[in-house]
Amino acid sequence: MKIRAQIGKVLNLDKCIGCHTCSVTCKNVWTSRAGTEYAWFNNVESKPGVGYPVDWENQTRWNGGWTRLKNGGIRPKSGHKLWLLAKLFANPDLPRIDDYYEPFTFDYDHLQKAPEVSTPPTARMRSAITGERMEKPLWGPNWEEILGGEFEKRSRDSNFEGIQKAIYGQFEHTFMMYLPRLCEHCLNPACVAACPSGAIYKREEDGIVLIDQEKCRGWRMCVSACPYKKIYFNWQSGKSEKCTFCYARIENGDPTVCSETCVGRIRYLGVLLYDADRIREMASVEDEQDLYQAQLDMFLDPHDPKVIAQALRDGVPHSWLEAAKRSPVYKMALDWKVAFPLHPEYRTLPMVWYIPPLSPVQSAFEAGQIPASHDGILPDVNSLRIPVRYLANLLTAGREAPVVGALERMIAMRMVMRNKTVNNVSSDPILEAAGLTEATVSDMYRIMALAAYEDRFVVPTNHTEYSGPTPFDEELAFARRSERGLAFGNRESEGQTRASLFGSPTHANTMSGRPPPSTGRRN
Amino acid sequence: MIQSYLHEFFFGYFPYLCLSVCLVATIIRYDREQYTWKADSSMLLRSRGMVIASNLFHVGILFLFLGHAVGLLTPHAVYEPFISAPQKAFLAMTAGGIAGIVCLLGMSWLLYRRLFDPRIRATSKPMDTVVLVLLYLQLLLGLGTIPFSARSPDGSSMMALANWAQYILTFRSGAADLIVHEPWVFKTHIVLGLLIIGLFPFTRLVHMLSGLTAPVRYLIRSGFQIARKRG
Repeated sequence: MKIRAQIGKVLNLDKCIGCHTCSVTCKNVWTSRAGTEYAWFNNVESKPGVGYPVDWENQTRWNGGWTRLKNGGIRPKSGHKLWLLAKLFANPDLPRIDDYYEPFTFDYDHLQKAPEVSTPPTARMRSAITGERMEKPLWGPNWEEILGGEFEKRSRDSNFEGIQKAIYGQFEHTFMMYLPRLCEHCLNPACVAACPSGAIYKREEDGIVLIDQEKCRGWRMCVSACPYKKIYFNWQSGKSEKCTFCYARIENGDPTVCSETCVGRIRYLGVLLYDADRIREMASVEDEQDLYQAQLDMFLDPHDPKVIAQALRDGVPHSWLEAAKRSPVYKMALDWKVAFPLHPEYRTLPMVWYIPPLSPVQSAFEAGQIPASHDGILPDVNSLRIPVRYLANLLTAGREAPVVGALERMIAMRMVMRNKTVNNVSSDPILEAAGLTEATVSDMYRIMALAAYEDRFVVPTNHTEYSGPTPFDEELAFARRSERGLAFGNRESEGQTRASLFGSPTHANTMSGRPPPSTGRRN
Repeated sequence: MIQSYLHEFFFGYFPYLCLSVCLVATIIRYDREQYTWKADSSMLLRSRGMVIASNLFHVGILFLFLGHAVGLLTPHAVYEPFISAPQKAFLAMTAGGIAGIVCLLGMSWLLYRRLFDPRIRATSKPMDTVVLVLLYLQLLLGLGTIPFSARSPDGSSMMALANWAQYILTFRSGAADLIVHEPWVFKTHIVLGLLIIGLFPFTRLVHMLSGLTAPVRYLIRSGFQIARKRG
């Protein structure tokens, strides 16, 4: 057993109002630069729809994620190592920028300088790449906003698999939901596996997946290998870029920008402990519908004294173990089982999880009442407007039972709280039917409904001193002290070799009490 | 007089100038400018025809590169027991000719889109265009040497050029004298080739070094995943 900690994330889709604040704040911080105009590390899509880039979930087209081999192993779906290298000169699976959208700006200048005309002047579009006139945008990070476009095209959404979808094109039966998307910071990232340069890595201390911009050579294999299409090729720098999980904020104990600014308070951050030795085994379980359960099985109980002891031995800081005990992500994913991974069938073991949305009852306006499920107490979730199968295709590789259970628990929570605060009646039958206790329900209510800042974000700070072989490594703690902005040469950029052609420092930091280099004449 | 001076300069000294610049500048760029070291693909912006063209170009040019390296730098005595000079000359012309055509087909498309596709034109750094045009001219010159080679089917021309290259790389004097009488097309091909070598560290061509090393490291990398420790 090798215990690692990761900052996991949960998005409560039941509360997402599709305001795009996450996307906009993320973009302002990270991708408002030349070459990344088209890149949205975080975007919010309307579902059903084919999304951004177009049709990203269709892995027969992009060959993203992993595939299971006959011998029980897994390899990137795009090919084994040699085949992947054979595609180095031209990657046939690479999306075109038009699959995202051609970046554009407007002739703002014209608004001020236009001569007097009978109609107000307009600022027309120009391509940010060529500077040529564009008549209209053709796609975007949320092109199908509030079900924009024809159902015919939107219904190519691959989550409709196994659903008689024609009916959902009718006005009376239509449904929609929002899906905010960012890098999943997977436990088994396909992008890392596909990078020939070894430039992409997963940080041991917090699980954040980053691209070393110095080592990236722009081979672009990661762009297609990521099944979520969350790696973007910067067409100015020639390097791949991706969501950094705002690592600089996380290290400081702050939530990511998208989480911090979420108006609907739908985003949660917390520590999850997992057994890194079981990644391969769990990513390669035979039935893809078992992947959700397999990933659950990898997570470890932060209250278990054995887990705590092993985690300390494996170098997880004490503060992280304390944070793990209070992790809202652990509660929602493991205790209450209301959160699920996005497309576990890609076998990347994603670490951004989603609470499925409740929706209005489909037949309520006909029947005049909510149909009950078999036990007659909880409403039947199969009568909800969003087909359970659709949610299951999105979150559990098509297995409906876990999603049904989650929706039932969420409905039960609402009924119990309503009984308590409005009707003032007992909820025992409901609690029994949903398999919940009153204490659990009030905890769920506090974290999911009230969602106070300190309950949503339980992020411990990073500890440089834990980097070494011992729990507290003084050398490392002091090695870079007071260096920010004044470091020697190129040292601040990771991935640089310490030895330099043009002279390296002769002395390490002695401010930690470390002796200066000896001349042999000390006495 | 001036002609023999120029000959001595271009085939006696210019090679060392270009090779030195190439070596030193490549090392410095690798050490100091890692961020600029990249393939600089434009496939995201325009992928039409790229799967065919880029593969033809790369396969062709890599074959030509290896062919030149092996063909010019292998001492005569080493291959003599296996293949005679006329046979080798014939092999060089046919294999090089085929690879040259393959490369030409691919590179024509690459050059066309670099010059005339608005997106590629707009995102081309001056050196991207310069190096592609130079490579294209070099390829045409290289193909142009084939008829001249055919004029000396005994392989004497090829032998002289190989000797020159080996003299240069082993720091022997009198290298330039070996190719005084070779046709102009060979000489131009050599000078342009040396110029490209000298420009190498200042262009996107540096990615070929990564293209040679990264796959090896990728193949010997155990498993697929990389976790990086703190610090």
